[in-house]
Amino acid sequence: MSDCVLVPVVGSRRTEIRSGVQESLAAGLGLFPLGVAFGLLVINSGLSWWLAPALSIAVFAGSMELLLVGLLAAATPLATIALTTFLVNFRHVFYAFSFPLEVVRNPVAKAYSVYALIDEAWAITNARTTGWTSWRLVSMQVALQLYWVLGGLLGVLVATLIDAPIEGLGFALCALFITLALDAFRSRPQLLPVMIAAAGFTVAVIVAPDAALPVGLLLFVAGLVLRHIIPGRSAENA
Amino acid sequence: MHDTVYIASALAIAGAITVALRVIPFLVLQPLRESRFVRHMALWMPAGLLLILAAATFRSSAFGETVNLWEAAAAAGVTVVVHLALGRRTLLSVGAGTITFVALVNLL
Repeated sequence: MSDCVLVPVVGSRRTEIRSGVQESLAAGLGLFPLGVAFGLLVINSGLSWWLAPALSIAVFAGSMELLLVGLLAAATPLATIALTTFLVNFRHVFYAFSFPLEVVRNPVAKAYSVYALIDEAWAITNARTTGWTSWRLVSMQVALQLYWVLGGLLGVLVATLIDAPIEGLGFALCALFITLALDAFRSRPQLLPVMIAAAGFTVAVIVAPDAALPVGLLLFVAGLVLRHIIPGRSAENA
Repeated sequence: MHDTVYIASALAIAGAITVALRVIPFLVLQPLRESRFVRHMALWMPAGLLLILAAATFRSSAFGETVNLWEAAAAAGVTVVVHLALGRRTLLSVGAGTITFVALVNLL
């Protein structure tokens, strides 16, 4: 009795995995080279090569991993790392609203799917909102993690072979945040929060030049909370 | 030894926070969806947060072991112009900005 049921399932499983990998390819074009840059940065910052795959498995979140390389290299206090991680990855809270996790039944697959809910995975499921199955979704996410981990390993290898550190490579991270900020502003053109952020960071640089990032982030969040508490009509236009 | 403990702790903390931020919303989806505060934060946080990260990383590039302020400013300008003028292709914009900075710092 199982034959007539299982055969089409196995067949469709292969098709679903292929579709999942296909869905991942476009994002892979961005993830793989960025992974290489991440690997280069790990070695250029004087950290051990294994930190690249370790970060990509323990903290699977591309921009946060790049940021962590700098924070770890500077021996940043753990409390600052915790605060920065919380604020930088806070956006993930909103991904649950529109991610097709309900198609995944197997508990292990479900756990992986949530763990591997990176920006790119969320963006792909929001670009194509129908047709997701468990195998398609999870294979797409596995493919994304593979691009990132393998890119990181290649970067580590290249940096080790070149031997001499390439000065200035860390600017890639700044450039990445500039482009992400421009895109975020385009999708949600809110001027006042950006001004609060600029003011908060400026104050932080003056008041606490050695801890400008955590202080700036806290001032920014405090400003947004104030803005939330005080509903002003003028601010709605900003 | 201390170094390994520090790095392992940092990975564990950052990893746990990241996974928690991904898991918890699935457990409390409905209350979050209805929260005005959460919706405000979703609308307001991303651009400002990314601006702060851009500024912080700009600072570490511009004021590293040597001061490379104008080089970093030029590279940031290239990144913005390429991103806005050439269709917001992140890889292209990041590549152009980084190559500009590496070239200015190493060749001049």
